[in-house]
Amino acid sequence: MSINLIVLVKQVPDTKNITAKAMKDDGTVNRAALPAIFNPEDLNALELALDIKDRYNGTVTVITMGPPRAANILRETLFRGADLCILVTDRAFAGADTLATSYTLAQAIKKIGDYDLILCGRQAIDGDTAQIGPQVADKIGVNQITYVHKIHEIRNDRVLLSRNLGRITEKIETGLPLLITVPASANQPRSYGAKLMMRFKRARTRLEVEAEKGKGDLPAIVAECERLANRGLLIETWSAADLDADPADIGLRGSPTKVKKVQSVVFAATDTRQIDPTEMGIKQLMAELIEERTFG
Amino acid sequence: MDNKITTNGILVYVELDHNKIATVSLELISKARDLADELGVEVSAIMISDGENKDSDSPFSYGCDQLYRITDSRLKFYETLPYTKLTAQLIRRIEPQIVLFGATPIGRDLAPRVASSLKTGLTADCTDLQIQDHEDKAKKKLYKNILFQIRPAFGGNIIATIISPDHRPQMATVREGVMKLGTANPKHQGQIIDLPSELSESDFHNQFIDRLVGRRRINLNGADIIVAGGAGVGGKKQFQLVHELAETLGGMVGASRAAVDNGYIDAEHQVGQTGTTVRPKLYIACGISGCVQHQAGMDQSGKIIAINTDPDAPIFNIAHYGIVGDLNQVIPMMIKSYKAKE
Repeated sequence: MSINLIVLVKQVPDTKNITAKAMKDDGTVNRAALPAIFNPEDLNALELALDIKDRYNGTVTVITMGPPRAANILRETLFRGADLCILVTDRAFAGADTLATSYTLAQAIKKIGDYDLILCGRQAIDGDTAQIGPQVADKIGVNQITYVHKIHEIRNDRVLLSRNLGRITEKIETGLPLLITVPASANQPRSYGAKLMMRFKRARTRLEVEAEKGKGDLPAIVAECERLANRGLLIETWSAADLDADPADIGLRGSPTKVKKVQSVVFAATDTRQIDPTEMGIKQLMAELIEERTFG
Repeated sequence: MDNKITTNGILVYVELDHNKIATVSLELISKARDLADELGVEVSAIMISDGENKDSDSPFSYGCDQLYRITDSRLKFYETLPYTKLTAQLIRRIEPQIVLFGATPIGRDLAPRVASSLKTGLTADCTDLQIQDHEDKAKKKLYKNILFQIRPAFGGNIIATIISPDHRPQMATVREGVMKLGTANPKHQGQIIDLPSELSESDFHNQFIDRLVGRRRINLNGADIIVAGGAGVGGKKQFQLVHELAETLGGMVGASRAAVDNGYIDAEHQVGQTGTTVRPKLYIACGISGCVQHQAGMDQSGKIIAINTDPDAPIFNIAHYGIVGDLNQVIPMMIKSYKAKE
């Protein structure tokens, strides 16, 4: 048995460890101070896919939609054991909300065509919407199960898995193809394999080759891409045209939601009364709160 | 739906939690009532179930005008595809201008799928919803009375106002505790409309092999007093002090994400953007620096006391009472003086 797995990943700004340093004096976010990282829960999705590949055999194809520099996280998936990577990139995709993004990713999945299980992280830390998984599943017309932390067994186009809905844990058997989303609690993502890293550190996209050779030198670019492809080191790049995407459904135009306004969170200063950390100070504070019936 | 701009009412998805209507659904009906009054429209609700729940009245007392009930014995447990089909079907039929879902694990599974099948927008985890006019200067078009969906983004560092001007319905999810539960008015009457489920066997794909229900979650939403600890507490053992203070004051224990990540306490105690949003009468933050994500979940508290050794900790910016000191000394003093007064 061989299982075709597709993992959807995203490069995100590291919003989790925002400190005062990442905030400018006017209270806005200093994006330059934030490193671009592999969305954490997408690593859990990748790990689950690699684990299934280890158990049953199969191929792991990784897709990301993003700017050219998102190739960095694709290389990271190769270092961990992914078989094939696709960078979906085009200026026409800019400004996409979750609906336009899921349409674009679904077009890429349809182009691949052959898949049993699609895995996504539960949500990305820049938007925290958790919408891409369910919306991609809708666009390609497959069943979805969210928050899957364990795959017990895959056999004869059926899968037995466990998912967590708050305080409820369900063990479900269902058919393939299927899309699942994976939370951080599912597993501990593996680190890079030393041999894989040696093998794939030179993996590049066509755009990166163009940047190296100079855009004008077409013969050199073609030759280098061919050389990389022959050695399995070319990260595929798909544009809107490659996906046969309807221009009305991608990017800003394909996005029903618009950002009307963005406000940086400025800490509103409240009048804070300083209380001395002494027996006297605390005693007085507690007496006041009791008086005001704050404790009920 | 052809994105027809309707002026119909507001639909709330009513979620059942063990045959009881989830609190967040009633909070959303309360909010929908306020928005509907501004728009001059009605509030509807959809409830999908296997028919075991007996509670169909409470939506009305919070302001619901019509409750659409779809009952099918095969709908005992939530399953994405049949629930999506029924919800999308009703939306196509009654064409509401706004649809609201609780941002529960189920709501976050269902709402995006429904939005995708209707090709409309969805804004997740809104912290505020307002009816306002929007002027599109480029198109020279005025959109009257549309839904302003306000939510934190970028890890809580910005607050974005999202609109969906040319698509209907305008859809949003809201977490439990964010909207205030209105006062129940048993006199407010509504109508129950029972609809057939029209599902066939081929709509069901999942076989439930086993189902474990854990103990009831700690309900921080209902607490009047919350004593919360952060990374500054320093360890699981020291966190006992936080428990003690909460117990003394008759409050519940909260925590920052850092305290949860460090393993001082379970995730269900987490307050903040990725945890629970709370608005107790009193919030005592012990050793919590107060990053935006944490503040987003507790800054509506009536009174905030912050205890921290770092005088520059951001938590002091929103605290009503600031105690710069070591919580290992301050908390025992608080317990002692409280007990003495009682």
